[in-house]
Amino acid sequence: MHALEKILAKNSGKDHVSAGEIVTADIDFAEINDLYLQTVYSFYEMGGKKVWDNTKCTFVFDHYAPAPDEKAAQNHKEMREFAKKNNLKYHFDTNAGVCHQVMPEAGLAYPGMILVATDSHTTTHGAFGAFGTGVGATDMATILLTGKLWFRVPEIIEVRLDGEAPEGVFPKDVILNVLGKLKADGAVYKAIDFTGSYVDQLGVAGRMTICNMAVEMGAKTAYMQPNQAVLDYVSKRAVKPFEVQYTDDDFEYQESHQFDVSKMQPTLSCPNSVDNVHALTDVVKDGDVELDQGYIGSCTGGRFEDIEVAAKILKGKRIPKFKRLDIVPASAEVMRRCIEKGYIKDLILAGATIAAPGCAACLGIHEGILASGEVCMSSTNRNFPGRMGSVDAKIYLASPAAVASSILNGKITDPRPYLDEIKVTD
Amino acid sequence: MKTTIEGKIIVLGNNIDTDQIYPGRYLELTDPVEIGKHCLEGVDKNIGKNFPKGGIVVAGTNYGCGSSREHAVITMLHMGASAVIADSFARIFYRNAVNLSLVPVICKGISQHVKDGDDLKIDLDKGVVKDLTTGEEFKSEKITGQPLKILDAGGIKPYMRHKLGVD
Repeated sequence: MHALEKILAKNSGKDHVSAGEIVTADIDFAEINDLYLQTVYSFYEMGGKKVWDNTKCTFVFDHYAPAPDEKAAQNHKEMREFAKKNNLKYHFDTNAGVCHQVMPEAGLAYPGMILVATDSHTTTHGAFGAFGTGVGATDMATILLTGKLWFRVPEIIEVRLDGEAPEGVFPKDVILNVLGKLKADGAVYKAIDFTGSYVDQLGVAGRMTICNMAVEMGAKTAYMQPNQAVLDYVSKRAVKPFEVQYTDDDFEYQESHQFDVSKMQPTLSCPNSVDNVHALTDVVKDGDVELDQGYIGSCTGGRFEDIEVAAKILKGKRIPKFKRLDIVPASAEVMRRCIEKGYIKDLILAGATIAAPGCAACLGIHEGILASGEVCMSSTNRNFPGRMGSVDAKIYLASPAAVASSILNGKITDPRPYLDEIKVTD
Repeated sequence: MKTTIEGKIIVLGNNIDTDQIYPGRYLELTDPVEIGKHCLEGVDKNIGKNFPKGGIVVAGTNYGCGSSREHAVITMLHMGASAVIADSFARIFYRNAVNLSLVPVICKGISQHVKDGDDLKIDLDKGVVKDLTTGEEFKSEKITGQPLKILDAGGIKPYMRHKLGVD
C-alpha cells in the first residue's frame, strides 16, 4: 500500500484499502474557516447539539481577517458563539493568519493524520506526510456531528522531481512547471505523491507551497514522505504523538511524471488560467508587461522565506511612483519573525503596504482588490477571471522573488540579476 | 430522487471555476435567495437573469474547479437549476452538489454537441441524456454507491437526520 492508503486504512479500521473503494474514516482534525457559517447552520439543520470532540475541531478566521464589513463581523460573531458553546479547545481569531499556515504552527498538522478543512488548499498538509483534503460546508457539518467522513480511496500518481534548482527557481516555479504539464484537470479525484531528490532535500516552507497547489490540478490530496526538516518541525510542535507512514516498495503508481528541476527557469502562470504556464523570459521577449500591483501573501506564497527574499531584493530601493506592492504575511508568527529580522521595515521603506495576516486579496475579499484593466503579479495560487477583484483584471502568478523584482521595475522582470545582487551583499 | 429531469440548457466551456460560478466578493452572504442572485456572474452577468426556471447547466471538463465554496452549488440551486451536466467535475464541487441534491451528471463530450436553448432530458436510471431539440442521444455515467444513497435521501441533511434518528 501507499502511505496515504495506510492512513485511510488505519482510520477506517481496515487492514487494507485500494483505489476506488469507499471507506468511512475517522477524522483526526477538522478546521472551518470563516467563509462557512453555513457549516454551523447545516450542523443544526441535521439535528446537531454538540460537536463530536471539542479537541479535534477549530475555527480559523482568515478570509475576512480583520472583518472588512458588518456582514463579515456578524458571521464571525455567530461562529465565535458556536465555538464558545461547544467549548472548542482551539480557536484562531482574526489575529491568527491563514489556516494552512496557522494549523502546522500550532502543531495541529502532523504525519500520518487525516486533516479535513473547508478549504480546497488543505492539500498543503501533504507536506507533513498527512492526508489533507478540502470539503464543503455541509460535509464539514457531518464531521462535526460524527467525527467521520466517507472517502473514495484515490488513485495515486507520482510526480518525481529530481535535480537541484538553479538560481531563480523556487518551489513556486517548480509547481507551476508541473501544472503546465499536467494541466488544471490532470489529477482530478487523484492523489499526487511528490518524490525525488529535490523533494528529499526541500524545507518545510517549499514543501507546503508545492503540496498547496496540487489542488490546482484537481488533486484530492498530496503527499511527500516526511524528511528530517519536517520531523524537526513537527516534533517541536505536534499536539499529540504521531506515526509516520511509509509506502511499500512494491506499490505501483497509476501514472508517473518525471521533472528535471535543474533545467527549469523562473516561471509564470499567465492570465486567465493556472495551467497557462510559460517561462518568464518568453513572456517578456516580445515586449514589456506593465504591472499595477505586486502581491506577496497567501497559503501559497506568504511564508517567512517568501517575505524574506522580497525584503532582501527591495532593501534600500523604492518601488516606482503609481505602482503598489501588498505584503500579507501568512500568519502572526510569520509577521513577528519578519519584524524581528527587520524585513517589514525594509519593505515599508521600499514602498510596500503591509496588511494583516490572512487571505486578504488572494480571493478578492479585501486589502488589495484590482480594478478593471489592472495587472497584478502575485505569489498566490489562482488567476481565474475575477479572482482578485474585477473580471477584467489580469493576474500573473510567480515566485515571491519574481514578484519583488518585477514590481521594483514596474514590469515583469527576470529576478536572477537581483538575486545575484543579494548574494554579493550577503 | 426524480429519475428523469427535463429542462432548457445553457452551455459553458471547460474549467469553469468556482470564482466564475460565485465570485469571492459575495462569500459573506448566507441567505440562499441572495446567494442565488449572483450565479455565474464571473462568466456573464446576465446568465442568472435570463436563466430558464428548472433549466440545466451543461459544461465541459473540470466544472467547479477551484475553491471548496458550497455557495457555488447553493447559487445554482437558487438560480433555478435542476441539474448540472459536465464532461467531468472537480471533486469538491461534485461532493457539494450531491450533498445539496443538485444532481451532477457526468456525460463525456456532451458540451461539444449541444447548444444554448436546446431542451434536454436526463434519464438517470438508463444513463442516457437526450437532446430533445436535435434528437441526439448521449451516454452518461450512472450515479451509484454513496452519492446515489445521499441523492435518494434528498441530500446529506435528510440522509444524516435519518441516520442519526433525528426525524
